[in-house]
Amino acid sequence: MTTTKPAEPKTITLNMGPQHPSTHGVLRVKLELDGERVIHAEPIIGYLHTGIEKTMESKLYYKALPATDRIDYLAPMSNNLGYCLAVEKLMDIEVPDKVKWARVCLAELTRVSSHLVWLGTHALDLGAASMLLYAFRERESIVDIYEACGGQRMMTSYIRIGGLSKDLPTDFDKKVRNIIKTIREKIKDYETLLSENPIFINRTKGVAVISADDAINYSLSGPLLRGSGVNYDVRKANPYSGYENFNFVVPLGKNGDAYDRYLIRLEEMRQSLNIAEQAINGMPEGPYRAHVPGVVLPPKEDVLYKMESLIFHFKIITDGFKAPVGSVYQAIESPKGELGFFITGDGTNKPRRVRVRPPSFVNLGSLPKLSEGSLLSDVICAIGSIDIVLGEVDR
Amino acid sequence: MKDELTSFLNERFAGGILAVEEFRSQISYRIKPEALFLICETLQKDGQFAVKYLADITCVDWLGHEREKEGRFEVVYNLYSYRYKYRFFLNVRLNPDRPKVASLTPIWKGANWLEREVFDLFGIIFEGHPNLTKIVTPDELEGHPLRKDFPLTWEQPHFSWNKDDPPEVIK
Repeated sequence: MTTTKPAEPKTITLNMGPQHPSTHGVLRVKLELDGERVIHAEPIIGYLHTGIEKTMESKLYYKALPATDRIDYLAPMSNNLGYCLAVEKLMDIEVPDKVKWARVCLAELTRVSSHLVWLGTHALDLGAASMLLYAFRERESIVDIYEACGGQRMMTSYIRIGGLSKDLPTDFDKKVRNIIKTIREKIKDYETLLSENPIFINRTKGVAVISADDAINYSLSGPLLRGSGVNYDVRKANPYSGYENFNFVVPLGKNGDAYDRYLIRLEEMRQSLNIAEQAINGMPEGPYRAHVPGVVLPPKEDVLYKMESLIFHFKIITDGFKAPVGSVYQAIESPKGELGFFITGDGTNKPRRVRVRPPSFVNLGSLPKLSEGSLLSDVICAIGSIDIVLGEVDR
Repeated sequence: MKDELTSFLNERFAGGILAVEEFRSQISYRIKPEALFLICETLQKDGQFAVKYLADITCVDWLGHEREKEGRFEVVYNLYSYRYKYRFFLNVRLNPDRPKVASLTPIWKGANWLEREVFDLFGIIFEGHPNLTKIVTPDELEGHPLRKDFPLTWEQPHFSWNKDDPPEVIK
């Protein structure tokens, strides 16, 4: 007599995260596996949701600024820049040239530091553990620049509405030039470690592929979109903060795989160093804050000696300023992609709505597409190549 | 691009466009909720404008403001055309008694998570969405945190020992 076995389930469900070192934070991925092949991957997020948008809506425009540092904590200057540009657009403020140049310089250094962290952690996920130490060593020098400028190493809040929180340090250009020189050399070292490393190539080439049409359809941005060959960089397409004055190339990929994204980020680091150098060379003289009484805080030196400045300072800190009724959207190219701030003023001194258009969140939405049909180990590579920061995904 | 798009929309969807607003050189078209899907589909498929990119979906709650009488919730669609490097906005006004609008997931797959987030935080229902569930807030949380009538700090009773206590609102 033959007995028929009960039908065995063909797939198993596996939970990856939320405490998994390769998910770069508290990301949980629910995987449906057939053997080692991924049938379906579902990212589950929200473990780090802190209601940053609600917090910002309850504060004066000035006092909402420190919350932006905490969105993408690896690129604080980019977040400050995006928020300040949006509020400046809402209030119709034009900032001095020196401010624009300094902001560009700092934003590009931020891109380098964010990409360095990405490079270190991504290579660590794929087995090249020494990259983490090298990348963090170089990042340290950029964090030192933040400290010299704003006094803080991570939560800088250095870029303020209408300008900067204080003037650039006196030896700023010397320090930045040193960093540019060092990191340019070091990028060559990274290339010798990874670009032709057979293990790294095997783990990344042809992995987590997305076509150009799909990338657009999934609303992707940043290196993930450009890796598929779509030429969209906010700095070139809709320049902000004086980017139209700088010469740089937007690197594009062909195959849309994790290896192309790696090459693009390396090239972006080189281009960012070029832009930072141009900004240092062409840094104009002038005030570090716009002169808009009642909206932009007067410089601290004036507050100590001039009556009007003291009054305005007091008024702005206690009452803020009233914004007109209307919505503005300002996009910037953050290291992760298109970071947008959608701010709605309602005639009072608090924003009615602050919406952060988070590049990591939107890019992570494509993880099922990137990883379905691939092996389990490639999911790690896919998550790494998206370059997510969970603080930004969940806000 | 601005004038062409406006005249194109006015010709093709005469009753669908309710108003054109310009603020800080940003154009937003207020449209009828019923017309949203067709307009987006046409713009995405249309060869002339090539609006391929849905950058963002968000919502503004106008509770207690004079703009509330046009509809309390303003759902904003942020669209971008690569060819013209041009960004514009579509918005629909909804009322809390019927906060429903068609889902754009058949047109843009990127709308999936963006709509889920708006559903989670504002309670707007996107009809036709394949998986309209909470995305960022905990499953147990009741209400929609970014609505203006949701208290800023509020501790929802989670545990058996305090489940009968009234929620504490800290002002």
